[in-house]
Amino acid sequence: MVFVIRRLLQALFLAFVMSFLVFAGIFAVGNPVDILIDPDATQAERARLIVQLGLDRPFHEQYFIFLGNLLQGDFGNSFVYNRPALGLILERMPATLELAFAAIVIAVVLGIPLGVYAGLRHGSPGSQAVMAGSILGFSVPNFWQAIMLIMVFSVMLGWFPVSGRGEVGEFLGIRSSLFTLNGLHHIALPAINLAIGHLALVIRLARSGTREVQAQDFIRFARAKGLSEPRIVLVHLLRNILIPIVTLVGMSFGGLIAFAVVTETIFAWPGMGKLIIDSIRMLDRPVVVAYLIVIVVIFIILNLLVDLLYSLIDPRIRLDEARQ
Amino acid sequence: MSVTDTQPTTAPPLTPKAQAPERPAARIIRDFARSPLALFGLALLLIIVLAAFLAPWITPQNPYDLRSLSIMDSRLAPGEVGFSGVSFWLGSDGQGRDMFSAILYGLRISLMVGVIACTSALLLGLTLGLVAAYFGGRTDTVIMRLVDLHLSFPPILVALILLAIMGRGLENIIIALVIVQWATFARMGRATALSERGREYVEAAQSLGLSRIRILFGHLLPNCLPPLMVLYTVEIASAIALEATLSFLGVGLPATQPSLGLLISNGFQFVLSGQYWISVFPGIALLLLIVAINLVGDRLRDVLNPRNIT
Amino acid sequence: MSLLQITDLQTHFFTSAGVVKAVDGVSYGVDRGEVLAVVGESGSGKSVTGLSVMGLIDAPGRVVGGSIRFDGREIAGLPGHELRKLRGARIAMIFQDPMMTLNPVLRIDTQMVETILAHRSMTRTGAWALSRDTLGRVGIPSPDERMRGYPHQFSGGMRQRVAIAIALLNKPDLIIADEPTTALDVTIQAQILHLMQGLVEEEGTGLVWITHDLSVVAGFADRVAVMYAGEIVEEARTDDLIDAPRHPYTRGLIGSVPSRNARGARLAQIPGGAPPALNRPEGCRFAPRCAFRTDGCEKPQALRDNVRCWRAADLPDFAEVLA
Repeated sequence: MVFVIRRLLQALFLAFVMSFLVFAGIFAVGNPVDILIDPDATQAERARLIVQLGLDRPFHEQYFIFLGNLLQGDFGNSFVYNRPALGLILERMPATLELAFAAIVIAVVLGIPLGVYAGLRHGSPGSQAVMAGSILGFSVPNFWQAIMLIMVFSVMLGWFPVSGRGEVGEFLGIRSSLFTLNGLHHIALPAINLAIGHLALVIRLARSGTREVQAQDFIRFARAKGLSEPRIVLVHLLRNILIPIVTLVGMSFGGLIAFAVVTETIFAWPGMGKLIIDSIRMLDRPVVVAYLIVIVVIFIILNLLVDLLYSLIDPRIRLDEARQ
Repeated sequence: MSVTDTQPTTAPPLTPKAQAPERPAARIIRDFARSPLALFGLALLLIIVLAAFLAPWITPQNPYDLRSLSIMDSRLAPGEVGFSGVSFWLGSDGQGRDMFSAILYGLRISLMVGVIACTSALLLGLTLGLVAAYFGGRTDTVIMRLVDLHLSFPPILVALILLAIMGRGLENIIIALVIVQWATFARMGRATALSERGREYVEAAQSLGLSRIRILFGHLLPNCLPPLMVLYTVEIASAIALEATLSFLGVGLPATQPSLGLLISNGFQFVLSGQYWISVFPGIALLLLIVAINLVGDRLRDVLNPRNIT
Repeated sequence: MSLLQITDLQTHFFTSAGVVKAVDGVSYGVDRGEVLAVVGESGSGKSVTGLSVMGLIDAPGRVVGGSIRFDGREIAGLPGHELRKLRGARIAMIFQDPMMTLNPVLRIDTQMVETILAHRSMTRTGAWALSRDTLGRVGIPSPDERMRGYPHQFSGGMRQRVAIAIALLNKPDLIIADEPTTALDVTIQAQILHLMQGLVEEEGTGLVWITHDLSVVAGFADRVAVMYAGEIVEEARTDDLIDAPRHPYTRGLIGSVPSRNARGARLAQIPGGAPPALNRPEGCRFAPRCAFRTDGCEKPQALRDNVRCWRAADLPDFAEVLA
């Protein structure tokens, strides 16, 4: 319990620091009035709008007003959409989360078997092919890879749609495009695009973990017990290489959400990432700030989840020790 | 009492005399050369760097000299001969630029941004890391807290926000990359310095009464270099990739300095109409550059870490 | 006929530096209810011999020659799935470091039950009960509770008991114990020795006890085979070997045991170290370290009358040397 409370306090402090840094940073950007107000507007209209948006007050006042509102769950209204910024983000969050989730599933489901294979058959042509592929996957810049996917699978072969999110279905009260065929058809390319970099990472981790664990005495002992090869690999080996992989998956989920910016921009995926890029371009300050605060919260939750998962996988780690 | 405890008191020479110890640099080069893949990466890297460096002399066209461009030559397919009688081996873009020339110039910018940003980040991060490791205590805590905070955010997010604040531009993207990368170097520098600090040679230097600064930079630094070299190589690749991504998103380099990311971005709209070359060829160049650097970095990691030699 | 009979076993490792002949023509046998100690220093090939019997030699190693007969059946070169049926069921193995032999992330009961279910058709409940009883037999208190524990909750000695219990689960005919007490404290060593001795006697199991420490097995083994540089240099009944060692290497080993020497006398030592496996002497492999070396030792030595030294009969009497 102490551990959880301490982590939560740390998280709050982190969120506070971030809110300040981000706000201070955004304050330095050019005047949003110039973008938001019709150039033909009269001087009086301009002044009225500036007061309405609170842009006439000094920096610290703006910040304290902002912070006070933040604590009440009010992240301010988007300059562009004139709607609550938090609402805008939460509205688009499911699309991003389902994309990141699909990417993680692809990375893990393909990455672990490939990595374990490469580790077990170290030095074989198959293993070398897997590793070469992983170096390539690691090196291909995400955005270019997205263009290539579109070019090959959408333009040339016509297998997948070029952009957009498909129909949304509902299952167990969750609304997601993963539950309809049309939705899966649309998510395939963006999810693969987002997954490939992490797929390469999972392969590397699974491979090095396999090689390390394979040489351990307990694997040899398991063989000496006459266990079947599948049981040795699936139970004895896999359980031991899962820890670094779970860490990676947990940590990289946040990274995926951030990197979704690129994928969402190229595939016109209506998620948070596309929103933030558009907001940055249009200097929509409240949305950018709200986005960052939301990201910080997501990161903190993920870190907690990873720590909890650890203790499930590895009995040697007790929760209160996990962060000592 | 056991067999393994028998000490060689008057050990007769059972084995041929050990060869004279090889110089470390010679060993590293020899080990490096044992991997054909790494040699290939190195050769590729040298070719790319050379081509980028010599771009003004070997390209048929200066892509930024608007007078040499003709709109009549726009979007020619690879190999087509243009209006002015020049052949465009890799095609041309929407403004009639020869893609081959544009790619070499783009490589120049990408390499320059990557190297300058990474070197600055290395110097900044390493200094802070060494200071943290050597002085310890509160200095260490403050610096490392900052590093932890920093590393808990994905680089692309940090860079996006910074560029949102500063606006696009060559200097700005370099600054953003340095801010993104310094923490990685700081952490690595601190970790290696800490493991070196306990060694005898540091204690010896201390007992000789050498100044802290002297020990820090004269003794600790050289011993931290191998792992940092590996990190530096790999980080150049990721800096180049990040710069390309940011430029692609339209928050990186301005249109007047078209890096590879911008070229790819310009070509994206034409991909849908089947004019693939404007995006594909700059992308291949970028990919080759990154793969080459990573191949070299991978091998360096193996070679510089004696435990990994198989 | 012996339970296990190894004849002229050759196990080589094909490394980039050359072929390492880890086991180079080793023969020994062990009967039901018999304890054979295989003694040698690290790199002598004693462990590789044991692993060869189990079929647990990993690449780049391979059994390249010789025969391994178990219970009258040739098992060298058996396909993997056939060997797997023997391993853990009829031949069990215990390893050196108990901290490393149990899987750290699996519960003890999982690691025991799977051993039974890999070889016998039994209900999970039955396997669990049998595992718990076996855990009790090797002297682990409150086995019901301990079954649900993880390896890190056990001490080194307790973990070795668990490993022994796992080896016993399927009532094997033969146990190969590879230095099972080396990593333990001296008092725990004695307990484990005592335990094994009792269990082997009870069940009539054959036991191959691999060790580098002759004094550990002196009061325990029926026979001793001494290995040096991939070969057996001497084999004899334990008492005979200790009272009258015939090979100079064995003499050196026994001479270096403190209890054999007078108080205050210098411990005898064998000078030098074992030859590197890739660069062994042409003739007698022990010659460079041998105090009795003469002309003629540069010829390869055959095992004659269970000793691999052509001068064995000429050497001065061991008792006199000590006195």
